[in-house]
Amino acid sequence: MNVYADNAATTAVSETALSAMLPCFQEFYGNPSSLHTPGQRAAEKLAAAREIFARHLNAQPREITFTSGGSEADNQALRSAAAFGARKGKKHIISTKFEHHAILHTLQALEKEGFAVTLLDIPPDGVVTAEQVRGAIRPDTCLVTVMFANNEIGTIQPIPEIGRICREAGVLFHTDAVQAAGHLPIDVEAMHIDLLTLSAHKFHGPKGVGVLYARRGVPLENVIHGGAQERGKRAGTENIPGICGAAAAFDEACASMEKNAAYLIPLRDKLIAGLTGIPHTVLNGDPVRRLPGNVNLCFEGIEGESLLLLLDAKGIAASSGSACTSGSLDPSHVLLALGRPHEVAHGSLRLTFSEYNKPEEIDYILEVLPEIVRYLREMSPVWDELEKGQRPHLI
Amino acid sequence: MALYSDKVMDHFQNPRNVGKMEDADGIGEVGNAKCGDIMRMYIKVDPVTQIITDVKFNTFGCGSAIATSSMATELIKGKPISEALRLSNKAVVEALDGLPAQKIHCSVLAEEAVRAAVKDYFDRNGIPYGDELKACDGHCDTCGHEHA
Repeated sequence: MNVYADNAATTAVSETALSAMLPCFQEFYGNPSSLHTPGQRAAEKLAAAREIFARHLNAQPREITFTSGGSEADNQALRSAAAFGARKGKKHIISTKFEHHAILHTLQALEKEGFAVTLLDIPPDGVVTAEQVRGAIRPDTCLVTVMFANNEIGTIQPIPEIGRICREAGVLFHTDAVQAAGHLPIDVEAMHIDLLTLSAHKFHGPKGVGVLYARRGVPLENVIHGGAQERGKRAGTENIPGICGAAAAFDEACASMEKNAAYLIPLRDKLIAGLTGIPHTVLNGDPVRRLPGNVNLCFEGIEGESLLLLLDAKGIAASSGSACTSGSLDPSHVLLALGRPHEVAHGSLRLTFSEYNKPEEIDYILEVLPEIVRYLREMSPVWDELEKGQRPHLI
Repeated sequence: MALYSDKVMDHFQNPRNVGKMEDADGIGEVGNAKCGDIMRMYIKVDPVTQIITDVKFNTFGCGSAIATSSMATELIKGKPISEALRLSNKAVVEALDGLPAQKIHCSVLAEEAVRAAVKDYFDRNGIPYGDELKACDGHCDTCGHEHA
């Protein structure tokens, strides 16, 4: 059986999205900036897509900017808010230790340019509190950026509460909603969100399309300079096929959101219950305040990459926060921020599902995974020492 | 996954000589759990011929850590100790048809695990050895030994 359990990495494009994209290649292929009829037909497609995103976010179409993806939108959001703050002499930014690298690395770049950055600690349940944000706000704070839901452990942050605190303090609030958009309800008005990032390929849209929502009155700084596309704030001929696919996917995801959550949550909870029955296994992040399709565990005594390879050999595609899979010497910064020791973080596994996954796939994982964990532990000198009491169990 | 050669995948999925050895003559352990890989190698040595008659390993680590451990045991099994000490990480990499650049350290760990097991055998039997076997703990720059 083949199981794709890495939907937080990317998703399959839906039939609806693909159908919306295909005519844009050979029928509506005009450049929306062109005056002629083919160009204007493409411009209408672009406007319709923008309207769909605005409607589902409770925003205005002119507040929606299309980008090449979530990373570009994150970069532009942070740079815009930072520049806006700097003009008023405010150069302090608040974020969290478990943001995506598109946020953390942009913040590092801003630090080099003279901004001060406060990264909030992550409580053991993986949910930062609005009080932490309140306590970190200074007179010179220009921006708070907190992700809507974490990409590794799936925990959902108290966005409306943080938004209210930022609004009261007169501080801009950005949220990286890449993992949440299309899966959780978002209302930029009710949640007091000034800037928001989303990415189409996380909800069955195509890769290469991101959206930056920026509230009217929040001036955007260009990351890509050039032509006057996107009200002059993002140069480059618009990716009409991608944008139309993204809008169709978002429309579909928002319409099916409740149904998808009702389908996925019991499957997620069944998997968590089954896998946490493996001795010395721990769930990362709050069991309830998490994305409907996210399961993230640490298995003591084994290493994540070998786990992924053996799962792959059984047809199961998943991901891990081990150092070997992170491309660095350290395991996932998210798991370390959550307080997991290095030894434990190396043995992490993330399984992420969409409505395309079937209940029997969950049963298959429950059948296969415990045996793989047992096999790797059998081979592991660490497990041997843990079991003999020569090394203390950490989880 | 195309990250690894077929040979690496074979040694990862069907590791040779895996397991504990209760009556080992030498045991070497290198790496640490914090860094994400530990190899423990057990050797059985014929006291007369100084030939490694049996080898076993236990490894905590990624696919290439397991594959390099497995290959290293194959390369030294049945060989005299003097030859095992000449096993280079490069020989392990070549025998596996190559490793991705970021996984070369696994082959270094395998070489060091063999050396650590031999050192333990020497220690147990009062056999003298040179400085370069003395201080290695499986981490770079803790001993004078060079790797290919």
